[in-house]
Amino acid sequence: MAKTDHSKSRWQRFLDNDIVYSFFTTPGAIIAASITLIAITAAFAAPLIAPYNPFDPAQISLWDGKLPPAWTDGGSSAYLLGTDNQGRDMLSTILYGGRISILVGIAAVFLGMLLGVTLGVISGYFGGLTDTIIMRIADVQLTIPGILVAILINGIGRAALPLELREEFAIYVVIVAIGLTDWPQFARVARGATLVEAEKEYVQAAKLIGLPKFTIILRHILPNTLRPVLVIATIGLALAIIAEATLSFLGQGIPPTTPSLGTLIRVGNEFLFSGLWWITFFPAIALIILVFSVNLLGDWMRDALNPKLR
Amino acid sequence: MTNLLEINNLSVDFPSRRGQVAAVNKVSITVAKGEVLGLVGESGAGKSTVGNSIINLLEPPGYISGGEIIFDGSRIDQLSNEEMRRIRGAKIGTIFQDPQTSLNPLMTIGKQLSETLIETLKISGSSAREKSIELLASVGIPSPEPRLDAYPHQFSGGMRQRVVIALALAGDPDLIIADEPTTALDVSIQKQILDLIKSLCKQRNLGVIIVTHDIGVIAEIADRVAVMYNGQLVEEGEVKQVLQKPKHEYTKSLISAVPSGDQKLHRFTVVDYIDGSEEKVTLENVSDHWLSKNKSSETHNTAVSVKNLSIEFSIRQALFRKNRISLKAVDDVSIEIKTGESFGLVGESGSGKSTLARLIAGLYTPKAGDINIFGHNVLQKTQKTKTSLIRRKMQMIFQDPYSSLNSRMTVEDIISEPIRFHRSTRNSSETLKVVRDLISFVGMPITALKKYPHEFSGGQRQRISIARALASRPEILICDEPTSALDVSVQANILNLLKDLQEELSLTMLFISHDLPVIRQMCDRVAVMQNGKICEIAETDKLFDHPEHEYSKHLLGLMPRMDLFRL
Repeated sequence: MAKTDHSKSRWQRFLDNDIVYSFFTTPGAIIAASITLIAITAAFAAPLIAPYNPFDPAQISLWDGKLPPAWTDGGSSAYLLGTDNQGRDMLSTILYGGRISILVGIAAVFLGMLLGVTLGVISGYFGGLTDTIIMRIADVQLTIPGILVAILINGIGRAALPLELREEFAIYVVIVAIGLTDWPQFARVARGATLVEAEKEYVQAAKLIGLPKFTIILRHILPNTLRPVLVIATIGLALAIIAEATLSFLGQGIPPTTPSLGTLIRVGNEFLFSGLWWITFFPAIALIILVFSVNLLGDWMRDALNPKLR
Repeated sequence: MTNLLEINNLSVDFPSRRGQVAAVNKVSITVAKGEVLGLVGESGAGKSTVGNSIINLLEPPGYISGGEIIFDGSRIDQLSNEEMRRIRGAKIGTIFQDPQTSLNPLMTIGKQLSETLIETLKISGSSAREKSIELLASVGIPSPEPRLDAYPHQFSGGMRQRVVIALALAGDPDLIIADEPTTALDVSIQKQILDLIKSLCKQRNLGVIIVTHDIGVIAEIADRVAVMYNGQLVEEGEVKQVLQKPKHEYTKSLISAVPSGDQKLHRFTVVDYIDGSEEKVTLENVSDHWLSKNKSSETHNTAVSVKNLSIEFSIRQALFRKNRISLKAVDDVSIEIKTGESFGLVGESGSGKSTLARLIAGLYTPKAGDINIFGHNVLQKTQKTKTSLIRRKMQMIFQDPYSSLNSRMTVEDIISEPIRFHRSTRNSSETLKVVRDLISFVGMPITALKKYPHEFSGGQRQRISIARALASRPEILICDEPTSALDVSVQANILNLLKDLQEELSLTMLFISHDLPVIRQMCDRVAVMQNGKICEIAETDKLFDHPEHEYSKHLLGLMPRMDLFRL
């Protein structure tokens, strides 16, 4: 029997939590979380910490274009990671680009989660025909590779927009495209968790109290399905960032005027064989580190939340 | 008699981040050949840990921190895994609780047996097959030869446990460790399995250790008994002597807490040695309290009346009707429960008693039949508001205290939910007062309100469940095996609480249990169920003293032997 001392503060009780404990005893988790945190902070604080504003034409000079990193021959100490073909500072561009990548990733996962969890919980709780219809749609979507679905939705979205709005709304189209690609994962996990929880006796007790169905779903079932959903969401964030990068790399995503990491890699790729490796290399490294640490965090979370592995 | 197994001062520690936990603390026991030693204790007593440490199957991070285990003259607690594995197969056999999981579902029974035989006895395939047939016959499996090619799922639970016993005997061991061998089985099968173990022990001159929480099992089978409490051995001796004249306080309360099937007591003997719950607060002037202010103005003599109720569950779905298979869980059942009485429903697992309770509670919709609650037909589609009002007067206490509370809500939120949802108090300060009254009414401290369910033991959770049920101000309380997941000592306290509540609030109670002695203590009238049908409905005393139906007689014959307990 666990006895909790009530003189403890909320913070101490938080630290006493098994998952928090597991976090602080897993070096990989701490490192991954730190990198993710640094990446997210750096991306959002880009206007404050970046040495230049790559979107301000006044700060860009074509004379400084194609400069290699500072430590190589011909590099300038003014541009640590060199400049791209238009003379934009690579470090600043990566920080701003990372911001867009992370933003798109989080927004897309959130959209996918909202849609997927809603449909999954409804599917699991009501069962029958509702369940069959929702899950068959999810199954059909899962038979097509995710990136193709995203390209399709993205293409339709762009085509539907009038020409002059395309650039402006490109980012939202990408978010919706990735979010709509993501949802079946969330729906499956949420449905599975709902099936387990709905059988439990506390749900039956809630029915006996006379609570309406949606109160039962919101107050009782939903909070208990969130653990596995959280794991999927973290791993999904990494996947969404990659999906955005892929779309942008294929020229279907974020336009070069406000580049994301994927756009930067694509733009740099054109110069790779002219020896200007740094234009594509550094954004790619930034993307790898970001995705890798988010993935590590997701892996740890999956293990920590799985009672069988503890 | 020389000792086959000798355990001296065994200690087992489980290191955890909150410090060392001594699961077993200096326990010494011995087992001789041809003797059944019962190791009895409640959950957390360390009895299974003792059993597991003999065969070196302690769950990590547990380890033996002191003492020695001597088997057949040599120490075995320091052997390597490989050496231990050989002893496990050949010298020491084990029987686990759940026959479902201790057999490999993908291998035939014959294959599993011959595999063990070839490994331990180093014999050829064909003689292994003969030996398997012999073994199956010796554990009482009829026509063993064709059954060798059957898979575990083709056997019933009791038959499967017989196969597990045959497996344990395969290496011709000297010692058998049986960890709760009958807990997952119905009473009627329990007796057969225990008889089998006992006769094998005598025939083959085996030493047997039976680990169990059930004093009834001990009375049935053991020669000597060792009682464990909190990792320590508190008492050891001949079964008769320990059961009839227990010396230690713990043993005394443990034995007194076992409900008696032969006479009706007013209350259960309270075991204050174990369960640290608070004394239940009796509310003064209950009739003036919020709890009593929801009584129906009209009174009915019949609280629940069920007529020709049936429900089917589909086992196999198919496109065509002829291929569908369904099971009649409740088949044409009619009962009447009078207002204010305790009505018992008894039967073995699969008899449909829980399904019937859920039908009455409205959690399932029946296929056919009528349910009237206080004279109101709750199945008719009209008058929905009235139906939901009536339904609310019925609340349920569930079997599993671990899944019956939402782990994400505080106890206060759990208990106050029905009050707030139905707006049955005037304001939030009254709600809080009522919630506080409720929690102390079920014998829990008010400080419990701010905690989460995982901070409580099974018995305490069950009290919280009861408080939640009371918060809807029920007039009918359905208790579905409310104590079968609990230790006997806690069971006695919970049953006392339910009895008190019933008297104080004049509740009508539908009490479901597989445990006949409990039913005898709790109920005025009893219905016996088998295969979805009611066999017999009678006054409790009449049923226990003069059962009429064959099945009732059969069930009563399987009650634990109380004569051994009390002189």
